[in-house]
Amino acid sequence: MSTHPTYLLNRAQLADSHTLEVARKDGAYAAFEKILNEGQDPKAVTEVVKTSGLRGRGGAGFPTGLKWSFMPDASKDTRPRYMAVNADESEPGTCKDRVLMREDPHGLLEGCLIAGYAMGLEAVYIYVRGEYRLPYKRMQEAIDEARAAGLIGKNILGKGFDLEIHMHQGAGAYICGEETGLMESLEGKRGHPRPKPPFPAGFGLWGQPTTVNNVESIFNVPFIMTHGAAWFRGFGTEKSPGNFLCGISGHVAKPGVYEVPLGITAREILEEYAGGVWKDRELKGWFPGGSSTGIVPADLIDTPMDHDSIKGIGSMFGTGAMIMLDETACTVRASEVLARFYDHESCGQCSQCREGTQWLNQIFHRIENGRGTMADVDLLESLSHGMTPGKTICALSDAAAIPTLAVIKHFRDEIVEHIEKGCCPLKGGTGTAPATDRTEVHA
Amino acid sequence: MALPEKLVAEFDQMVTKYPERRAALIPAIHRCQEELDGWVSPDTMEDIAEYFGLEPVDVYGVVTFYPMFRTKPPGKHVVSVCHNISCDLRGAQGILAKVCEVTGAQVGQTSADGKFTVEHVECQGACANAPMFDLDGVYHEDLDDAKVAKILGGLK
Repeated sequence: MSTHPTYLLNRAQLADSHTLEVARKDGAYAAFEKILNEGQDPKAVTEVVKTSGLRGRGGAGFPTGLKWSFMPDASKDTRPRYMAVNADESEPGTCKDRVLMREDPHGLLEGCLIAGYAMGLEAVYIYVRGEYRLPYKRMQEAIDEARAAGLIGKNILGKGFDLEIHMHQGAGAYICGEETGLMESLEGKRGHPRPKPPFPAGFGLWGQPTTVNNVESIFNVPFIMTHGAAWFRGFGTEKSPGNFLCGISGHVAKPGVYEVPLGITAREILEEYAGGVWKDRELKGWFPGGSSTGIVPADLIDTPMDHDSIKGIGSMFGTGAMIMLDETACTVRASEVLARFYDHESCGQCSQCREGTQWLNQIFHRIENGRGTMADVDLLESLSHGMTPGKTICALSDAAAIPTLAVIKHFRDEIVEHIEKGCCPLKGGTGTAPATDRTEVHA
Repeated sequence: MALPEKLVAEFDQMVTKYPERRAALIPAIHRCQEELDGWVSPDTMEDIAEYFGLEPVDVYGVVTFYPMFRTKPPGKHVVSVCHNISCDLRGAQGILAKVCEVTGAQVGQTSADGKFTVEHVECQGACANAPMFDLDGVYHEDLDDAKVAKILGGLK
């Protein structure tokens, strides 16, 4: 295995890393205490995060420090302000925040405290997807321990700084990972995304200034404050600094969540960390950063994993969750599975998305099952162009349409072969058969 | 009907976390489902609505929006098999078939003896340990047929 320096998952290697005792011995809360003891200027803290170049790890890659700086000036706007930590983690392929919350909850809490200090927050809500029961439990226990140690609540460490941190349980809806859908859900409503503007920094939770940050983004903050922005920029690339947690899944020998520097090639992750394509097979295609990022063919495997490089090959870095398909996999089947997912998860507000995802699902289903026509390929394309870009309240519609356009671009021949043969050529028959016909059940 | 006192006491605590009481609605529905036979009955929805000062339809709208909430009573054990991409690539359909075989339940249904409800669910965020299922709130990962038989076969 490669030996790139790590920092995100180091503590997670320790026994009982989720407890306050072990975490503190490993230096947890030291960066926050230093800021508090020195009475640092909150704006200067935000400035360090800005200078570090940290980009959000939840999918959009938006600069975290810049997002923080959008919060209104506290001297002019005295409304209570909030942060929601997005721990909904429901982008297929993505399974990294779960590891952080389960193994190093105090690391995330320290990040929340620093963010609370920098932005003058009233409270932080950590919105965890409902299915993540163990990560939720670990986080709640960590909050209880930290509160008992005087690190959360009123007059923290006797320095007159107050911050509440609360856990909040979602109930299984992909759309609640979208920041405004998340806020609606946190308010106890259906997760219907809000039109923007107004943006969360001006009108967020309960109409108050709010910032929504991904778990891994906040998790990076204590390291940046401990070692400085220049240190952080020593990892990764100029425009995408730092390490990231790459969840790699699908047809690889050793699927896992690996800490790697941004800018590492996809090949190095595949071969050096994940043990290569499983069963000595060839790679057919891969999703660079979760199911919403368009599939790319195997010959692009030498592309560096950073925001700009992946954009350069016509896809997106997303959450950095690589999903790998070997030569026996069917890209139409994969598209059908994903279209079904987006159909299921569309909140239904916008007709382009509500109808479009359903149509994509039905069309891919009939092509995979040997009932597609050549007109379906054009229909997939024209439908997708009606769904993206920027035609709906949120990006779920884009998330369904972009991978559709990508599979047509890179694997049109495979789609056409399905139509011409009247069956899925990769399983030798018609009808959606169990996947075991095509990909053996992994032991 | 009325909510058990224990739950009301919990809700009274929950609502203090937020500037507006309604924010505790989803966590409160979770607790009802956990304590009241694994589903949210129309009566329970009315009770929850009364507690939060909402119309029952508001609660119904939330319950039916979120996939984790049930509006029908499940079997004694609930097996939720992920069938999204990472699991599909590693044989989720085979796992689902095996789960149905072992439990005697069809997908989306409860077995005749009321012991198992089997369902397929979208991505559970365990992609690097595919295929997987959630059994009564606990993840079981890196599954194969033998593991499925062992985990489910031993249940009472």
